[in-house]
Amino acid sequence: MHLVEIEGLVKRFGDIVAVDEASITIEPGEAFALLGPNGAGKTTMIRILVTLLPPTSGIVRVAGLDVTRFPDRIRRILGYVPQTLSADPALTGYENLLIVSKLLRMPRNERELVIAEVLRLVDLEEAADRLVRTYSGGMVRRLEVAQAILHHPLLLVLDEPTVGLDPTARRSVWEALFALRRRDGTTLLFTTHYMEEAESYADRVAIMNRGRVVACGTPAELVRAVPGATTLDDVFTALTGDVLESGGSFGDTRRLRRRLQRFD
Amino acid sequence: MTRDGSADVSSVSTDFSERLAEATRPLPRWESLVSFASAALVVAEVEARKLRHDPWEVVTRALQPLLWLTVFGQAVARARLLSEQEDYLTFMAPGILAQSVMFTSIFYGLAIIWERDAGILQKILVLPVPRASFVTGKALGAGLRALLQAAVVVTVALLLQVRFHLDLFSLVTCALAVLLGAGVFASLSMLLATLLKTRERFMGIGQVLTMPLFFASNAIYPIHLMPAWLQVLAQVNPLTYLVELLRDTLVDGQRFGVIQDWLVLLAWLVLLQAIVSRRYDRVLL
Repeated sequence: MHLVEIEGLVKRFGDIVAVDEASITIEPGEAFALLGPNGAGKTTMIRILVTLLPPTSGIVRVAGLDVTRFPDRIRRILGYVPQTLSADPALTGYENLLIVSKLLRMPRNERELVIAEVLRLVDLEEAADRLVRTYSGGMVRRLEVAQAILHHPLLLVLDEPTVGLDPTARRSVWEALFALRRRDGTTLLFTTHYMEEAESYADRVAIMNRGRVVACGTPAELVRAVPGATTLDDVFTALTGDVLESGGSFGDTRRLRRRLQRFD
Repeated sequence: MTRDGSADVSSVSTDFSERLAEATRPLPRWESLVSFASAALVVAEVEARKLRHDPWEVVTRALQPLLWLTVFGQAVARARLLSEQEDYLTFMAPGILAQSVMFTSIFYGLAIIWERDAGILQKILVLPVPRASFVTGKALGAGLRALLQAAVVVTVALLLQVRFHLDLFSLVTCALAVLLGAGVFASLSMLLATLLKTRERFMGIGQVLTMPLFFASNAIYPIHLMPAWLQVLAQVNPLTYLVELLRDTLVDGQRFGVIQDWLVLLAWLVLLQAIVSRRYDRVLL
């Protein structure tokens, strides 16, 4: 069974079509990257998937459950790290975790064990009792990952987990995510603007542009499919660069996109 | 770093369907009720923890009621504008207490908008917890904050020689009234937040709203002095009933207040909570 199934998803906000007939599937255990320029519809698609927004039409299923019919049950197997910094700055790192564990109604003795375990996993044991407003960007992100995995979700969804972080902090976030995958085999779905992150950390990649999924496959497959491309960056530019600017190549681009869509 | 995670995938997929079935089984109805109650308490606990980290906020918020009592109260008392009240300061003190409860709670909607902008709200809404519990929890949290605020205002009033009837009964009754009142105004504020959705609009309306709530009430003068149309407004204004309860216990020394006052406040709370729990997630859109 696919863990995530998105089929013909459409989301409209008034006249604006944010997601336009998008389809992807994600298998259990995969790390899946969603790429695309700003406004491509990545965040909207993710918000629908994590039960925050209702779809306009189309099918979205997590573990075979429809997001519009069984949101409560999906939330039990889902972890979500939003794009904005979502840890509470007025509480300590430990308290941020404690609150989530209490909301999840973990038994008291189990709670302390689980919190200690995730603090170790994201390497925040020493900073646990400091207020989050004193944390660095990388630390906040790692804390947010820790908050999202307290209930051992099968699917962890991260919207630009490394945006605005320096290279060292970015690496620390990825180390935490991979420690998690080693431990739980958690399926990852993430968006990013850093092509090299998708290239090194994702098993498969989907590229979105103007609400549509224009390509989907392993990074190697995508690079092979675009003539002259040697990196994912080249693929991304070829698929999302302004069509009019590349002068007369509209037909080429269309053919290219069609070819790429076969990986879907 | 290598793609370490993928090595484990085969062993994971064996118990995957098992974990999936367990995690997504439907829950019995009573469980969601327990979940609702416990989550509401946890949401209130967040407020308590924030107050513990920054207790000065309560003190700074107490400045405004202090000014009302010292500047406005003393001036009106001296001028004998309301000659029927022989001790004006004691008359207005419960009104100022109620006002400070309202001002503390009316900013809870702003907190929801802020939490939405910060992403805290999104993260919480994705947790497997009944959504209505956040609305109730926030109202409880507002009550907690208002209680501390009230303790400071009562202390200040006593220092200004306001004559309050203070015993265990009046204190408990007042505390309950403050909790209830704070819940009403916090819910009203959250309702506004779901309608207005941005900080700027909320600030504008919030300011405009507190004025009629305060002046079209019996907080600083008796209702019968108002023109008829304003009296009607004062009769539906929840602040009037909070002031009534506080004045009955703190000034007149009644033990429990009047049952009608409790019922009106309770009705406001239930109505607003019901509306806000249904509309809560719209603040996201």
